[in-house]
Amino acid sequence: MIKFTFTVHDEMGLHARPAGALVKEAAKCTSKVTIRKGDRIGDAKRIFNVMGLSIKANEEVELIVEGDKEQEEAAALESFIKENI
Amino acid sequence: MEKVAGKSILKGIAIGKILFYQKGELQVKRVKVADIASEKARYEDAKKKAVEQLNALYQKAVKEVGEVNAGVFEVQAMMVEDGDYVDSIVNIIESEQVNAEYAVATTGDNFAKMFAEMEDDYFRARAADVKDISERIVHALCGLENSGNIGDEPVIIVADDLAPSETVQMDKDKLLAFVTRFGSSNSHTAILARTMNIPALIGVDIKEEWHGKLAALDGNQGILYVDPDEKTLEQLKGAKEEEEKSREMLQSLKGKEDVTLDGKKIKLYANIGGVKDVASVLANDAAGIGLFRSEFLYLEAEDYPDEESQFQAYKTVAQNMAGKKVIVRTLDIGADKQIGYFNLAHEDNPAMGYRAIRICLDRIEIFKTQLRALLRASAFGNIAIMYPMIISVNEVRQIKEVVEYVKKELDVQGVPYGDFEQGIMIETPAAVMISDMLAEEVDFFSIGTNDLTQYTLAIDRQNMKLDNIYDAHHPAVLRMIQMTIENGHKHGCWVGICGELGADLSLTKTFIEMGIDELSVSPAFVLPVRKNIRETKIEKS
Repeated sequence: MIKFTFTVHDEMGLHARPAGALVKEAAKCTSKVTIRKGDRIGDAKRIFNVMGLSIKANEEVELIVEGDKEQEEAAALESFIKENI
Repeated sequence: MEKVAGKSILKGIAIGKILFYQKGELQVKRVKVADIASEKARYEDAKKKAVEQLNALYQKAVKEVGEVNAGVFEVQAMMVEDGDYVDSIVNIIESEQVNAEYAVATTGDNFAKMFAEMEDDYFRARAADVKDISERIVHALCGLENSGNIGDEPVIIVADDLAPSETVQMDKDKLLAFVTRFGSSNSHTAILARTMNIPALIGVDIKEEWHGKLAALDGNQGILYVDPDEKTLEQLKGAKEEEEKSREMLQSLKGKEDVTLDGKKIKLYANIGGVKDVASVLANDAAGIGLFRSEFLYLEAEDYPDEESQFQAYKTVAQNMAGKKVIVRTLDIGADKQIGYFNLAHEDNPAMGYRAIRICLDRIEIFKTQLRALLRASAFGNIAIMYPMIISVNEVRQIKEVVEYVKKELDVQGVPYGDFEQGIMIETPAAVMISDMLAEEVDFFSIGTNDLTQYTLAIDRQNMKLDNIYDAHHPAVLRMIQMTIENGHKHGCWVGICGELGADLSLTKTFIEMGIDELSVSPAFVLPVRKNIRETKIEKS
């Protein structure tokens, strides 16, 4: 299991477009990808789960990647987030 | 004539016939079904069709309103295929042995409710997306297409609310304005109106009987006139023509130089309060950003914003401005602009209290974090740093020591930073009186006329009773500005104005004659001020 955190800088938070981009990227993974904000978690491959967390600007969220390819998939997700979210 | 008010989303005037838009609303009935498998197959087909439609809409919208605004359809397509949403529908079909229409409508209501109960305005408005996709699937199940056919004549659309799929399907040349009962300034209708630059009114008590009637929408006042009388109509027609003329005139100034008739160049910059304002800076063709208020980073956070998030914000702006000057003002808060986690004590006279640079030089760690973020961002564009509320040379020297310290720290860590100018706000009479001395210490001055007026005239800006004697054109204020410009120039500083007075069109000529180098105004004022600059002829040396 690999975890990493990131902060959403967009002023409107993780709104529909970036949430969609994240879900699309997570869906490519074979690993289970979980997104956590505080004590709430969601499946990062499901748009309603991700938007349901209502992540606002400057909030810290954690991504948890579990699976056989967790190393490379976590790394790919992290760099995707850095560049796009 | 009927006169109704609403909340205006975009200024402007529209005159035309009303089209009362009604959704092809379907009453979904709950029906028991025996053949569960074929009901699920019907749903799968409808789901596929919905996704295909949304993908087509996305392509259409990309062309019409750009990729960013079209993104909503991509996300809607993902919603249609979302695991939880699909599971819920299938589960209702299976467990209740009911028709797919009912399962979709019920699931849609439940998911919409989840959004409707959220605290954040933006996310709350997303309930509309869920309803929109559910309706789309139900329509596909019934063999109906969502249509946005509005006829051949340009119209003012009146509706309860409009879903993005409905607005994008409408022929853009036929849309004069939107008037809706529901919706927020975050709704798609509002966003689309802004993108298309057409007036829109929300929160209007609409009536079906208006359909086909002539109406005039005054977006400046937020009023819709249905069946306007001759006088109102003539008045608004005239205003509309004026508006169009002056808009065209101003638009034609884009790309033109900010130079007076006798060849003096002025730097015409814009003021912004956040990253999202950069778009309007570019749209209005400002030559740079003369005041980037950094407070938003602190106001929107629940705790001190860290270096990384600040760095990202400054870097984004610097990169978007592509080499044009970006002047960031360091933290300017005080007891009048409270931020919870700063734990500032209540003050009887906050305007003269513990605020701005006084806090930064006292709580030095907060200041260092901001400076580190700014210096790092300076490697990505043309950043300049500006310090607020200065009253003494000693303060400026202290600031420069902190900056030197931060530079060394970054050097040791091998973190790159670029060259950056440093300047101060001139907003206290003290700073004006010693502006010759201050000019020796910095690269530029920016005159904050709002505070300078308040301190010079000893008039509290917040006190409504004193509004009638708060005179920003007071000779004392103008002399302060004159003195600052002269002292700045004598000692090697360029001098600008970033307060409201900079956008005061009756003073543009005066400031230029005083020798001002830069004017920084809100984005909407860039083109009007440019017009004034280009019409100015300097009369005294």
